[in-house]
Amino acid sequence: MAQALGVTPDVTARDVGPIAATGARPLTTTILAIENMHCGGCIRGIEQTLGSLADVVAVRANLTTKRVHIQTAQHPQSAEPFIGALRARGFTAKALAGETVRPEAAADHDYLKRLAVAGFAATNIMLLSVSVWSGAGSDMPASLHTLFHWLSALIALPAIAYAGQPFFVSARAALAAGRLNMDVPISLGVLLATAMSLFQTFRGTGQVYFDAATMLLFFLLIGRTLDARMRVRALSAAGNLLGLRAVAASVVRTDGRIERVATDAIEPGMCVLIAAGERVAVDARVVSGSGEIDESLITGESRPRRVTTDDQLYAGTIALSGPLETVATAVADNTLLAEIARLMQTAGQARGRYVRLADKAAQVYAPAVHVLGLTTFIGWMATGHGWEPALTAAIAVLIVTCPCALALAVPAVQVVATGRLFRNGIVLKAADGLERLAEIDTIVFDKTGTLTLGQPQLIDDDAIPDAVLARAAAIAAQSRHPYAKAVLRAATKRKLTSVPLTDIIEIAGAGLKGSHNGRELRLGSAAFCGVTDSRADEQTLWFCDGAQKPVAFPLSDTLRGDATAVAEKLAAAGYDLEILSGDRAATVAAAAQSLGIANWRAAQRPDEKIARIHALAAKGRKVLMVGDGLNDAPALAAGHAALSPSSAADISQNAADGVFQGEMLAPLIEILVVAKAARRRSLENFAIAIGYNVLFVPLAMAGVVTPLIAAIAMSASSIAVTANALRLSWQSLELRP
Amino acid sequence: MTALAWLIPAALALGGLGLAAFLWSLRSHQFEDLEGAGWRALDDEIERDHRKSDHANDR
Repeated sequence: MAQALGVTPDVTARDVGPIAATGARPLTTTILAIENMHCGGCIRGIEQTLGSLADVVAVRANLTTKRVHIQTAQHPQSAEPFIGALRARGFTAKALAGETVRPEAAADHDYLKRLAVAGFAATNIMLLSVSVWSGAGSDMPASLHTLFHWLSALIALPAIAYAGQPFFVSARAALAAGRLNMDVPISLGVLLATAMSLFQTFRGTGQVYFDAATMLLFFLLIGRTLDARMRVRALSAAGNLLGLRAVAASVVRTDGRIERVATDAIEPGMCVLIAAGERVAVDARVVSGSGEIDESLITGESRPRRVTTDDQLYAGTIALSGPLETVATAVADNTLLAEIARLMQTAGQARGRYVRLADKAAQVYAPAVHVLGLTTFIGWMATGHGWEPALTAAIAVLIVTCPCALALAVPAVQVVATGRLFRNGIVLKAADGLERLAEIDTIVFDKTGTLTLGQPQLIDDDAIPDAVLARAAAIAAQSRHPYAKAVLRAATKRKLTSVPLTDIIEIAGAGLKGSHNGRELRLGSAAFCGVTDSRADEQTLWFCDGAQKPVAFPLSDTLRGDATAVAEKLAAAGYDLEILSGDRAATVAAAAQSLGIANWRAAQRPDEKIARIHALAAKGRKVLMVGDGLNDAPALAAGHAALSPSSAADISQNAADGVFQGEMLAPLIEILVVAKAARRRSLENFAIAIGYNVLFVPLAMAGVVTPLIAAIAMSASSIAVTANALRLSWQSLELRP
Repeated sequence: MTALAWLIPAALALGGLGLAAFLWSLRSHQFEDLEGAGWRALDDEIERDHRKSDHANDR
C-alpha cells in the first residue's frame, strides 16, 4: 500500500493507512535530520509539533536514525516552516536532500529475512534430530529414522538454498577472482554436508548433518546481520551530517530581482548578496559594503577579519556584519573548498587500503581449513578406509572448523562497542573506525574549536563590576560579533538584568554606540573608545560610560573545561601529543603551555598539516587527528583515524571516523578506551574460536565427531563469543598505557 | 507412534506461523526504529493515536 502511494518505504503502513482509505492524492515526504532527539519525550514533542501544522498529513519520527518523515498533501515550498516550528520547541532540525530509498537498510532487512528462515529451519530440524539422537539407543525403528531424515531434508534444502545465498554468491565471486575468502570454506562445508546428508538419506544409512548445516548458517547470519546493522547506522549518521550543508545563497539578477539560488547553480560573475550572520556560499570578491568575516573554519584564527571592497571571501566562512555585495569569483575547480576536497581525496586513499581484523584472520584461516579438510580426506583414503568414511570425516572437519565463532567475533564486539559509545554522545561513522582507533599511538590536535571552544570568552571577568557588565551586555546584545556575544554570555552567567538603552548603532570594524539616561555608552575597539593603553591589543574590548574611565574587557578563546586534565591523562597513558594550528604562534604557544604539550606548530596551512601527518606516518606512527575546521579536513582524511567535535565543519565531520558531542574533551578518552577494549575483546574471541578448533578438529579428523557433537560445539563457541562481547557494554574501563 | 502423524505437522505449522509473523512484522516496518518503539510503548498518547489509525486501516 505504501509503495502504491509512492511514498518512501520507511514510513509505516499504519501512518498512511487513513489516507489510503480516503483515496487521497499522492503525498510528498520531507525528511528532516534532528540532532537532539534522544528519548520518547522528544518523539512525542516532534510528532505533536509537526502534526499540528497545516497541510501535514502524517509524521513519523525515527529515534534510531534521528530522522523525521513528514508527509504533506501539497509539495512544500521549503522545509523552513517545519524547521522553524521545531526550533521553537528547542529541536535543531536540518532538511535532508531528496532521499527516497535507503539501499543499506534494504540489505539489513534482507539478512534479517534469511536469518529468520535459517532460524526456523535450524530449530525444527533440531527438534527432529534430538528425537533421532535420543532414540538411537532405544527401540526407535529404522523406518522412523529414515522418515525423520527425509523430513529434515525437506525443511533443510529450501532453507539452505535461500539462507545460504549471500555466502554462495560471495564465495563464487571470490573464486572467480582467484581469491579465497571466509565464505569459500563456509559454502564448501554447507554444500558438501548437505549433499552428503542427502546421499545418506537416500540410502537410509549413516548420519546426517542437516541440523549442523542450517545451524551454521543461522549463527553466521547473526554475525552478518549485526555487521550490516552497524553499517546502516554508520551510513545514516554520515547522511545526516551531509544534510547539514548550507545549500543556497541570495543572488541579484541583472534586472535587480533577488533570488535564492542553490549553491551548485551559482556561476562565476554572479552578484551574490551576503547578509549579516549568513554563511558565504561560494568564493567571492567584495564589490561594495564592508563587514567582518569569521574565517575560523578556514584559518583556525578565532579573531574575525575586516573586509571591504576588493577583498576576497572564501566559501564556508561566516559574515558577522554586513550586508556585503559580492561577485562570485571561483570556477568549480579553483575554489578553496575544491582544493581542500582534492587534498582530502589523495590523503584518504591510504585509509581505504586498511584491512579489517576479520579479513586478516580470514586470509590465514580459509586456506588452513581447506588444507585440513583435504589432509583428512587423503589420510583416510591412504589408510584404506574407502572414499565414503573419508569424505564424511573431511566434511566433519569443514563443519567443525566453519568460522561460526570467528564470523561472530568481530561484529558482536563492534555492535556492543558502538552502542556504548552512542549512549555517551559519540557517533561512530566508519564501520572499521574502531579497529583503527585502537592502534593509535600519536594524537594530533587542532587548536581552535577542538582544544578550545572556538569562541572567545571574557577572561578575569571578576574584575568587572556587575553594573558595568550589565550596561555593556545590554549594548552587546545588539551585535553578532563573537566578542559582543562573549560579553553577553558573561552577563547571562551572572544573571544580570538588562538596562534600557536607546539609539544603538553598530559601526562596522569599530564597535557599538548607544545611550542610557542621556549618557553615551560605547563598546568596541581601543581606538573607538579613545584608549591608548599598553594593553590595547586586538583581543580586548573597551567599554566607555559617558565621561568615566574606560573599562577593559580582555577576551580569549579559552580551552575546553577538561582539556588540561584530558591532555595529562593521554600523555600519562603514553600517547604522543602534538598541536597543529592555523592560529598565530603566540596564541598556540600559550595554549600548548597550559596543556603541557611540548610539540606544537603554529600558522599551519592545510597542506602543511597533511605533510606533518605524512611525516609522522612515515616514522611508523599511527596518528589520530582531532580537528574541526575546514582547514583540518585534509589532515583528518590523512590520519590513521580521525575525530571531530559535533561543532565541526560539515566536510570535517565527513572526513572523521567519529563525532563527539558536548563541550568537553573527555569523550576522546572514552573512545580510545572503548576502541582498545573492543580490540582486546575481538582478539579474545578469536582465541576462543581457535581454542575450540584445537579441541574439535583432531576429533573430526579422527572421524569421531557425530552430528550431536558438532551441534553442541558450534552453539557453545558462538554463545561464548557473544557473551564475551557483551561484557564490553557495562564494564568500567580505564585508560592504560 | 501415531501421535507423530499430527504432532510433527503441528510443530512445523507453529514454527511456520512464527516465521510468517516475523516476516510480516518486518514487512510492515516494525524493525525500522527499535529504540523508538521501546519509548512509544511507554507513551499513552502515541499509543492511542496508533490505535485510532489502526482502526482506520482496518476499515
